[in-house]
Amino acid sequence: MSTKNFKPAWLDWIDRRLPVTNAYEKHMSKYYAPKNFNFWYVFGLLAMIVFANQILTGIWLTMSYVPSAAEAFNSLEYIMRDVQMGWLIRYMHSTGASFFFLVVYLHMFRGVLYGSYQKPRELIWIFGMFVYLIMMAEGFMGYVLPWGQTSYWGAQVIISLFSAIPVVGEGLAEWIRGDFLISGITLNRFFALHVIALPLVLALLVVLHVLALHEVGSNNPEGIDIKKHVDKNGVPLDGVPFHPYFTVGKLPQVVLFLFVFCGVIFFMPEGGGYFLEHPNFEPANALKTPDHIAPTWYYGAFYSILRAIDFPILFIEAKLGGFMAMGAAIAILFVLPWLDRSPVRSWRYKGWMSKTAIILFAIAFAVLTYLGGQPVTALNGILAKIGTVIYFAFFLLMPFYTKWEKTKPVPERIPE
Amino acid sequence: MTQDGVNQGRRRFLYIATGAVGAVGAVGVATPFVKSWFPSEKAKAIGAPVKVDLSSLRLGEMRVAEWRGKPIFIVRRTPEMIERLKGDTIKSRLSDPNSEVEQQPEFAKNDTRSLEEELLVIEGVCTHLGCSPKYVPAVEPQAYDANWQGGFFCPCHGSRFDLSGRVYSGVPAPTNLVVPPHKVEGNILTVGEVA
Repeated sequence: MSTKNFKPAWLDWIDRRLPVTNAYEKHMSKYYAPKNFNFWYVFGLLAMIVFANQILTGIWLTMSYVPSAAEAFNSLEYIMRDVQMGWLIRYMHSTGASFFFLVVYLHMFRGVLYGSYQKPRELIWIFGMFVYLIMMAEGFMGYVLPWGQTSYWGAQVIISLFSAIPVVGEGLAEWIRGDFLISGITLNRFFALHVIALPLVLALLVVLHVLALHEVGSNNPEGIDIKKHVDKNGVPLDGVPFHPYFTVGKLPQVVLFLFVFCGVIFFMPEGGGYFLEHPNFEPANALKTPDHIAPTWYYGAFYSILRAIDFPILFIEAKLGGFMAMGAAIAILFVLPWLDRSPVRSWRYKGWMSKTAIILFAIAFAVLTYLGGQPVTALNGILAKIGTVIYFAFFLLMPFYTKWEKTKPVPERIPE
Repeated sequence: MTQDGVNQGRRRFLYIATGAVGAVGAVGVATPFVKSWFPSEKAKAIGAPVKVDLSSLRLGEMRVAEWRGKPIFIVRRTPEMIERLKGDTIKSRLSDPNSEVEQQPEFAKNDTRSLEEELLVIEGVCTHLGCSPKYVPAVEPQAYDANWQGGFFCPCHGSRFDLSGRVYSGVPAPTNLVVPPHKVEGNILTVGEVA
């Protein structure tokens, strides 16, 4: 091993002061990833790429955007029409937001499929969930900044949600807004949170997420622990170095992703009204609510759950009940590692009950997401209620069906 | 140093005392950051009363004024509208027909929720999640209500209110629309101040 240690003098100088080579080996060239990674394993990498895109384009947008109620909308128009290639930077950012959620949803679903949240990876899942939570706040505040009609009324509805909390709710909503209704004061603080506070927290959480992952090692589609079988140097027999095998191996998928990403940026940046909603091309008007307001697609599922509770539950009125259901829908994701009692990780070895539950859950989540952007009708209302029941049943019944069902034996080594 | 000389009790006391002083300091430091998020003096000052001239407001017409950044709906109701508001057809379908919940000044605790029967002055802010409801005065079947008696409809989540701003049962909004403090002198309405 030591024979191929040709280290340039400058690197040696640095290494004796900062462990650069050490860190590179630990996290890249000597981080052993299971050799059976499939396409589901690209989404974490893609999320990193989109995050970098958001930071870079975000910094550039800040240079031309004016965070004030009087100027915000005009400055957006200025970016779109007058700033050289400003339209591209803006669309990269707005499309990036939707793609960030898309890849993170797929990344999370991968974790559900292969039990990546199970012991000993609970902390990775929890850090990931915090990333997702901060992303939701980040996306929401970012959507307020253009100060269009959807910005204004979306903010009004979401912040009013807090007023559903008994006793302190009204004061809390006022504290968040800094005013009696959404105003320029709200816009300014959202700007500060969106461009610096939340991105800092997000970056820190991503670091923790990756550090925790590299401490215990990656899971894989078989849910097999590759560290059980190592060679005489302690290298897992079923592992390959993350770099170059994974990084280079995933390059075609990354390029494919960028093709799709650019396709949307250049040919359908509004995403048919799902990425950038039509009423947001009208300046905010505090006296007139648009006929149809809906959250951006990535909050659709939780918005549907909020609306599905349109009846009082015991002594809890509908307004508070909806808010609690929505909060519970997000909170329950955090405890997922402790709901799964299965002796196996991957759904490949779980029983038919788990498989059915995962598929039903995925369908329910997709339907709820779709309904979140639709007006309430009798049929949609019923569908949203069914979806909500399936959503919660998936989690609440998990301790039972994962324990009762018969699982298949997991092989010792990753099959060829 | 050996363990012998360590006074564990004193050490624990010092830990707790230092921690407690630190915690008090942290609360002190947090105070300006938390306080600065509350509505500023300027935001509060904008809550000053506004005056509206009603001389050109026709029967059945609605006008929107702005007070504290909120839309204020002003409607001059027709005698038929007032008659319906007092009737059981509407009242039996309301969640709080007698305005028991304090959403209005004392003088507006009546069927028309107003000073003068004719003149409705309410905040156009849905009590569900703060959208601004639409004024739909005509008595005719609607997609959201086959037996619509005229009133306000919120497009965000489908809450319905009658022409006094009283909320229907079975909609997401929990309470009646708010009647702001106001007074009328001749043709001048002042919102934000009572007589």
